[in-house]
Amino acid sequence: MAKRIDVKDLNVYYGAFKAVEDVTMTVEPRSVTAFIGPSGCGKSTFLRTLNRMHEVVPGGRVEGHVMLDDQDLYSPKVDPVAVRRTVGMVFQRPNPFPTMSIFDNVAAGLRLNGLRDKKRLAERVETSLRGAHLWNEVKDRLDKPGAGLSGGQQQRLCIARAIAVRPSVLLMDEPCSALDPISTQAIEDLIGTLKSDYTIVIVTHNMQQAARVSDRTAFFNLAATGRPGRLVEMDDTQKIFSNPTQRATEDYISGRFG
Amino acid sequence: MSGTTGAAPTARRDPFGGGPSDPQGTRKTGRLGDRLFGGAARGAGLLVIAIVVLVGVFLLSRAVPALLDNRANFLTSTEWSVGGESQRFGIATMLWVTVASSVVAMVIAVPLGVSVALFITQYAPTWLARPAAGLVQLLAAVPSIVFGIWGAYVVGPYFEPVQNLLNSVLGWTPLFSDTTVSGSSTILFAGVVLAIMVLPIVTAMSGEIFAQTPTTHREGALALGATKWEMIRTTVLPFGKPGVISAAMLGLGRALGETVAVMIILSALADGTAWSWSLLNGGETFASKIANGAPEFTTPLQTGAYIAAGLVLFVLTFVVNAIARVVINRRKAFTE
Ligand SMILES: Nc1ncnc2c1ncn2[C@@H]1O[C@H](COP(=O)(O)OP(=O)(O)O)[C@@H](O)[C@H]1O
Ligand SMILES: [Mg+2]
Repeated sequence: MAKRIDVKDLNVYYGAFKAVEDVTMTVEPRSVTAFIGPSGCGKSTFLRTLNRMHEVVPGGRVEGHVMLDDQDLYSPKVDPVAVRRTVGMVFQRPNPFPTMSIFDNVAAGLRLNGLRDKKRLAERVETSLRGAHLWNEVKDRLDKPGAGLSGGQQQRLCIARAIAVRPSVLLMDEPCSALDPISTQAIEDLIGTLKSDYTIVIVTHNMQQAARVSDRTAFFNLAATGRPGRLVEMDDTQKIFSNPTQRATEDYISGRFG
Repeated sequence: MSGTTGAAPTARRDPFGGGPSDPQGTRKTGRLGDRLFGGAARGAGLLVIAIVVLVGVFLLSRAVPALLDNRANFLTSTEWSVGGESQRFGIATMLWVTVASSVVAMVIAVPLGVSVALFITQYAPTWLARPAAGLVQLLAAVPSIVFGIWGAYVVGPYFEPVQNLLNSVLGWTPLFSDTTVSGSSTILFAGVVLAIMVLPIVTAMSGEIFAQTPTTHREGALALGATKWEMIRTTVLPFGKPGVISAAMLGLGRALGETVAVMIILSALADGTAWSWSLLNGGETFASKIANGAPEFTTPLQTGAYIAAGLVLFVLTFVVNAIARVVINRRKAFTE
């Protein structure tokens, strides 16, 4: 189920502005990869190219290749809608559908995939909510609005919604930055269990978090404002935080940045 | 009356019943400017209320004697013979024609307006969206007499075959049964023209709210693998629903009260014409009846009959607007 991601010579543009330049990397299946770097260096932009969400922004486009196992996401035959069903995404701010109940939020993606059978829907919703460590908290109020949950619960609801369609890859863009420490802890624990089934890529501005949850870490940086972001270095998380090869990485993780 | 004296002091301080009238305590420390402005605002408010009350009193004072003098049932009678010694008048036909033409207008304008709004806000590229929205706004600036003339003399002849088709296919239902009215001077066609007239309101208001759908909702749906239309169905439409409802209500209010265009298009029926539910019939709405009857405003009783009809239109429009307001307020509570 989990798939490997191979990125080769990727440039990302917003209209004429080149936001990310020349990224080549491999993300292993069943692992957690963290993207760190100063804000504005293109972490979100690059992450969104992994499920073609950057195309939602007018003018967003890429040059280069992203391979999911042996499928090129950017081959002309590939439908971006199909890509997003394989590569799920969790956003910085929890965004459950406000007009839907908790149940319907989790079922939304399944229904988009044509699953109508009530019993199977209920099973998948329960599995996903359990998988997102949320079941016990919401099992008695599945018909209540998702927007009525706490921020941390909403974010886990979004994770449940994303994993309900059984994607191969789960992308998370600063999933804890809007949450309190306890909810953050809950999500970090969750990432630890999810990685046995999924390929997980997480953007975080919190270096302790990267160190805690990830197996591999990629450090992005920009040469100067207005210049495109670049991948400076990618290695095992332990190596990056103890003995990085690049000076810029060392400066950044030791807080001597800028 | 003695029962009200206890509540009087608070009622005077707070005429709108909206909590404490001086929450910041500005009155105690109030400076001259505050006091002057406060006084002016209060005066203007009272003036508006007084005008509304006076108009209401005047209308009622004219309508009530006519209603008391009426020999027919005001609500259920289809007759309208005013002037002379004994007046017989009722609003049944007008009520039906007004509501039917407006409902036809909404049945056409709401889906059409929502579609145009979705196109402008979700599908059209930016270079097209702006001019398209401007064009819709331009429709709102066309005077209704132009719509009336254009409808009656330009579009009408092309609409006749459509009516004939409806009549021959659906003639067995009461709504499309045969009538004595020829050409396109029908309730149905009046509804079509009204639909075009309310289209700008419906489109602009729905578009405004569709455009406000938070990006996070839209991206949430797209990231699940929703197609554009699925994204719209799961996020944009539910988010915009209250706005569409209130847009429809405002459009309905406009359609109910439209006068000139309806007057030009609809052919009035001869007195005593048998009742028909057919949309292919003619008739008069409240507004067009009153406008057509203007030359008859000679005696107070005769005028009073028309004023009574106008009051019913007022109540109808007021109810529709009140519903719209409730819906809008509910949406506010939901988004805050
Ligand atoms: N929707 C957009 N349109 C145009 N430029 C954008 C857009 N989103 C981000 N950018 C630009 O792309 C660069 C990278 O931004 P982003 O990917 O959000 O960085 P990060 O997530 O690392 O903070 C920034 O210069 C930002 O201004
Ligand atoms: Mg970001």
